[in-house]
Amino acid sequence: MNGVHDLGGMHGFGAVQVEPNEPVFHHPWEKKVFGIMVATMAQGMYNVDEFRFGIEQMIPADYLKSSYYEHWLESVQKNLIDKGVIKRSELEAKLRSLQRSGRVTVPRRRDPALAQRLIEIAHKGDNYMREPVPARFKSGDRVRPRNINPPTHTRLPRYVRGKTGVIDCLRGTFVTPDTNAIGKGEQPQPVYSVRFNAADLWGEPVERNELVYIDMWEAYLEPA
Amino acid sequence: MNKASTHGHRPQPLPDVALRVKALEALLLEKGLIATDAVNKVVEAYENDIGPLNGAKVVARAWVDPTYKERLLKDATSAIAELGFSGMQGEHMVVVENTDKVHNMVVCTLCSCYPWPVLGLPPVWYKAPAYRSRAVIEPRAVLREFGLELPDTCEIRVWDSSAELRYMVLPRRPAGTEGMSEERLAKLVTRESMIGVGEAKTPNKGRKVA
Repeated sequence: MNGVHDLGGMHGFGAVQVEPNEPVFHHPWEKKVFGIMVATMAQGMYNVDEFRFGIEQMIPADYLKSSYYEHWLESVQKNLIDKGVIKRSELEAKLRSLQRSGRVTVPRRRDPALAQRLIEIAHKGDNYMREPVPARFKSGDRVRPRNINPPTHTRLPRYVRGKTGVIDCLRGTFVTPDTNAIGKGEQPQPVYSVRFNAADLWGEPVERNELVYIDMWEAYLEPA
Repeated sequence: MNKASTHGHRPQPLPDVALRVKALEALLLEKGLIATDAVNKVVEAYENDIGPLNGAKVVARAWVDPTYKERLLKDATSAIAELGFSGMQGEHMVVVENTDKVHNMVVCTLCSCYPWPVLGLPPVWYKAPAYRSRAVIEPRAVLREFGLELPDTCEIRVWDSSAELRYMVLPRRPAGTEGMSEERLAKLVTRESMIGVGEAKTPNKGRKVA
């Protein structure tokens, strides 16, 4: 979707602000959000593409003014509700009762088998590669990302649409996020590393000796 | 409310987001869908065990062992796994090498994709709009803010992690490190150098090398 998350090439955000020696998590609630996301996604309640799409559907102003793990919280909630794992009404009721009681203890529940499984998944990961299918393009081919503007999830950013690039190499056959995020299945296809000159991306006449490499699913591309 | 009025140690009300997280956590625990120990274990793994020290070991190995470096550049996932690092958000690794003619930078303009098994969780700046928007359109200016000035003759390659490939930069080995052990070399490898917004540290002159 043409959301505010699609930030490549935007102006106005100012200097990169680096916090020296920053902690991995800045608040206890961030740790919980991280852990809950891993625990729920690893158990298959939603997939990573649905998770990313959930973040993209935040109100743009909320996305920009909230912190990173607030984005995660929004998406985890949205996905769990959309999938029927929890109901919005019971979540709101739980929140109200916590606000009223002033005591914010939550039950403790132990599940060593789940804990072990999550650690194994953390170290094993998922696998997004699928059996190879015939590839349309090869290294050196000139290609142009298509001017598609789906209102749903895509990993084709606006800054490359319609620009001319060159296939650098084939990365493999991978799950397609555009379909996997909206319940239309994996529909695996070839993914290529495509390189663009800065001049071609940003419309400048001068060659800047800068390239952008980006991974593109075959359906995003047409010959140029 | 001034500082004095909180000296009675009344608990501060939790900010809205913390309360919302507690509500979600409580609901999921009650439904038996998550567990306290499971959540804590995963958090601890990424707070303590999985971080840039992993990537530094990969870089140091590549610096001392040319055949390892060759394997790393050809099939990064397998080479990184040789050192025991693998997993979530690093299932499909690509390592890109800095030379005196080419400098690589990694970004995820669309969200925050980052190679967790070798670098841990990304810093806030990597996930924030300023870096994500500017890395692809003005990389030299961004590098300058990180204190890295590269000549125009040096080609800059910015890798936008739009798919499930995860990128790590192999920074150049600093001068004056001949004969150093892998362990010593790894200490020179910064997180910034493996993202591509900095270079590895040069060894301290005049200090005893451990």
